[in-house]
Amino acid sequence: MSTQSYFPVPPGVGMEENFLSLDDILLSHERLPVRTECSFPRLGFLERSSDAHDIPEGTKMELPLWLSKGLYERKRKVLSVDLPKVYKEGWRTVFTADPCVVDLHKMGPYYYGLGSQILHFDSPENSDIAQALLQTFIGRFRRTMDSSQNAYNEDTSALVERLDSLEKALFRSGQNGLNSFQSWEKGQASQLTASSLVLNYRKRKLADVQT
Amino acid sequence: MLALFQEDGLRQVLQEMEALYEQNQADVNEAKSFGRSDLIPSIKLRHCCLLRNQRCITAYLYDRLLRIRALRWEYGSVLPANVRFHMSAEEVQWFGQYKKSLASFMRSLGEGEGLDITQDIKPPKSLYIQVRCLKDHGEFEIEDGTVILLKKNSQHFLPRWKCEQLIRQGVLEHVVS
Repeated sequence: MSTQSYFPVPPGVGMEENFLSLDDILLSHERLPVRTECSFPRLGFLERSSDAHDIPEGTKMELPLWLSKGLYERKRKVLSVDLPKVYKEGWRTVFTADPCVVDLHKMGPYYYGLGSQILHFDSPENSDIAQALLQTFIGRFRRTMDSSQNAYNEDTSALVERLDSLEKALFRSGQNGLNSFQSWEKGQASQLTASSLVLNYRKRKLADVQT
Repeated sequence: MLALFQEDGLRQVLQEMEALYEQNQADVNEAKSFGRSDLIPSIKLRHCCLLRNQRCITAYLYDRLLRIRALRWEYGSVLPANVRFHMSAEEVQWFGQYKKSLASFMRSLGEGEGLDITQDIKPPKSLYIQVRCLKDHGEFEIEDGTVILLKKNSQHFLPRWKCEQLIRQGVLEHVVS
């Protein structure tokens, strides 16, 4: 909705998720490689590679972030969470070398979000991961901001396709600002418009007629 | 803007939650009666799933309410049939109550005189505006008693506050020179 009336719950900042944010719910659906540190009786059916009745201790599997966060305890009796490749030293070096070149959509699409959430699992590399996230963001931000403020009335898919979801949101925000300013300059800002509900319904009716 | 209410999907999630809860009840009883503390990790896991489902459902319903609330501001106090069809009975009821709250708030403004704050969302530049009619809408009466016939493609110079609602509903188009 391109108007000012619908305000969805935004994603949380840093290590906090917003309970009602749809973006955070999608983010926490991402899977992480884990190793069970205890057995999970009667849940063998969750682990498709074997027919066991229980999940034994020491099983390597992938669990979604929400489940990993829910089960993880600092005392380590339950789960140990491994780092996805993108947050390991190898990739971190690539990012710090040239952050602008990387396709963060392919690496993510929630590179910053998932990276921030991973800090919950007490990896010894936490401070390096946090640094890498920050430096990558700083390195790429300038370009995202520039392009969002200069791409007017054109196809932006090439600019946007390598951005992670946080960067995409920033880009969209920049574009909204640019478009609003341009429309104000043209004197269109005071024009009353139909509600998007009506415009979308009209578009759908046209599409129906054309098929 | 507002998709069809997923009644079936919701029912499936609730059924799954019931099944998880029952399994956990059984395991908790067994753990307590037979000292099977090894069952606790599995109980915790099922509990996480219950919390997850609860979160997803709550966020879904809440997001829909945010959209429905926006409709009151964007479109008006009477929703078209095709939108109402997409809403659950409880949502329709919620909309009615929200409308009422908003109306009584607006009535209380200006020392009891009332103020329609859903109008003039963009600061007005003039009292009268030029509009073009996009579809036949019949007769339309303005303050001084004159009756205007809103026929498709006719253009009129009308008081802004009378037109705002019809523009939002797509009946009139604001013509800016």
